[in-house]
Amino acid sequence: MAGMSDAELREMTQEERAKLLGMTTEQLTGRSLFIEFDPDAEERFTYPWAPDVDYNKRIEIDTDAMTSTEVNSKARSLMEEGYGTLVVQNPRGKHGLGVGILNRLNLIFDGSLGYFAVGLIDGPNVRIKGRVGWSCGENMMSGTIVVEKNAGSTFGAAIRGGDLVCRGSVGSRTGIDMKGGTIIVGGDTGALSGFMMQRGRMVVCGNAGKNLGDSMYDGTIYVGGKIQSLGVDAIEAELTDLDRKWLTRKLSQYELMPDAGVDHFTKIVAGKQLWNYDNLEPTEKKLIL
Amino acid sequence: MCGIAGLIHRGKHSNVGFEMTAMLQALKHRGPDSTGFAVYGPPNPGDYIMRVKVAEAEDIDKGHGIMDRIADRIVKVDELLEEHGAKIKSKEQITPYALRYVITHDGETEKMAKQIEEIDGAEILSMGSGLELIKDLGDAAEVSSAYGLDEFDGSHAIGHTRMATESDVDIRSAHPYWAFPYNDVSVVHNGQITNYWIMRREMERKGHRFMSDCDSELLAVYTAHNLANGVTLEESLRRSISEIDGVFTYLVATKDQLGMAKDTMAAKPLVLYESDDLIVMASEEVAIRAILPEEIDTYDPYDEEVRVWQA
Repeated sequence: MAGMSDAELREMTQEERAKLLGMTTEQLTGRSLFIEFDPDAEERFTYPWAPDVDYNKRIEIDTDAMTSTEVNSKARSLMEEGYGTLVVQNPRGKHGLGVGILNRLNLIFDGSLGYFAVGLIDGPNVRIKGRVGWSCGENMMSGTIVVEKNAGSTFGAAIRGGDLVCRGSVGSRTGIDMKGGTIIVGGDTGALSGFMMQRGRMVVCGNAGKNLGDSMYDGTIYVGGKIQSLGVDAIEAELTDLDRKWLTRKLSQYELMPDAGVDHFTKIVAGKQLWNYDNLEPTEKKLIL
Repeated sequence: MCGIAGLIHRGKHSNVGFEMTAMLQALKHRGPDSTGFAVYGPPNPGDYIMRVKVAEAEDIDKGHGIMDRIADRIVKVDELLEEHGAKIKSKEQITPYALRYVITHDGETEKMAKQIEEIDGAEILSMGSGLELIKDLGDAAEVSSAYGLDEFDGSHAIGHTRMATESDVDIRSAHPYWAFPYNDVSVVHNGQITNYWIMRREMERKGHRFMSDCDSELLAVYTAHNLANGVTLEESLRRSISEIDGVFTYLVATKDQLGMAKDTMAAKPLVLYESDDLIVMASEEVAIRAILPEEIDTYDPYDEEVRVWQA
């Protein structure tokens, strides 16, 4: 990327940019994306085409009569103009709002959202004053999402990084296939939460439904209330001082710290009888051993 | 995918036809093939409203004397009603193939209904003192406009937008299903029933009829069977979770109740809003927002959840 201007990068096709950024199809390591940041880029560790926004530049948009596509296009053009704080009014449960934002941004939704809200994001801080439908924050890479009310199923599916917080209760399959980051639920979560979880941490302050952590590879789940049942290969582990400190810090950060503290939380991890996520592939073993 | 919706006003009436139209139009993207409504007006003691179709929508374009055959079928329906002692108070031909009768009848409606359905091409979509079941090809606005649903005063309603996956795009496979022959009971469903044929054969052995190959019809027949045997709606919904396999969320409406059930995997969505005088539910929040634009609290029912509300 060194020596290339943002304008030149914008001119390139998605495939050319992906190659330049080092996106490969390496099967063995399981890592398909790495970005070599430009040391000359004044510590601007963002995507080269990401707009440079100013948090103090704020705008409100009424989306009542707009489609999801129009809302997202409008948000992009406003970011291009340097707006760093967007307040989206009257979202009315629309689907797919705020997806694919790859730059820093304060994004506030003054209402409720539908499916696939703010998925595939890498960087913005999002506050949703209402509730969200299924698959909120799916595949998010970094940033924060705070939902003030309830959320639907598959909350934080395949999340890779950042903090995804719901102050209310969420549906089923929360954090399914999560690969990193933190999911915090202030209320209850439904069945099969943490299903096939690979990395990251999930905190449920209330109760968890049946088959919690089913077939999880790795990662940690903390539950403050009752667990209806554990899934296959999910086991209880000892809550350590490090866990307590981390829980206290995270829950305090989002004002979800229970009055009773965190000592009552149950810690769930993978039994690693089904899978061992960090096992080397046979071909890798041959190379190393 | 399919979209389902339901609403019930407690202790009052409203324009449920208009409300359900708005909700289903917002769910059009979940199922553009056909749209159906089961709306419940004030009960008319002694009267029955019968919605019947005498051909499929696509038959009309096929010609071959279809209009003559439709006319013959309507005459046969009228004759059978008379034969069973039913008095026709009014008869409207809403579309070339869909009719609405208001009849008075003192006897058993089941035998009469069965004989009407023996007429080639005829299917009773609903019968009851308050229920009116309308379904046709097209989106909610089109169906509502064709059947005059924009002004329908009632207490509750359920509806469905269908994306055909396992059976044809036709009216017989559209929802809602009337729980034949149980008056005033209708069902809408989103999901797949994997023990459909086992359950269907079981129901057929018990004497129940199926008009389509759509798995959702099973839920209507299953509910009718339970209700006819003295099982309450809530208990029927609970039993279905263990007796019916697959992924499903479905709604059942009776003359004064609305119920919901979600399967053990909770794989099909439902969002619920509940207040003292109104309960609204739909596959997606966007449908609820179509009639309640103000900020409200909604939630997703969990796996194996069963709820029943009284009008």
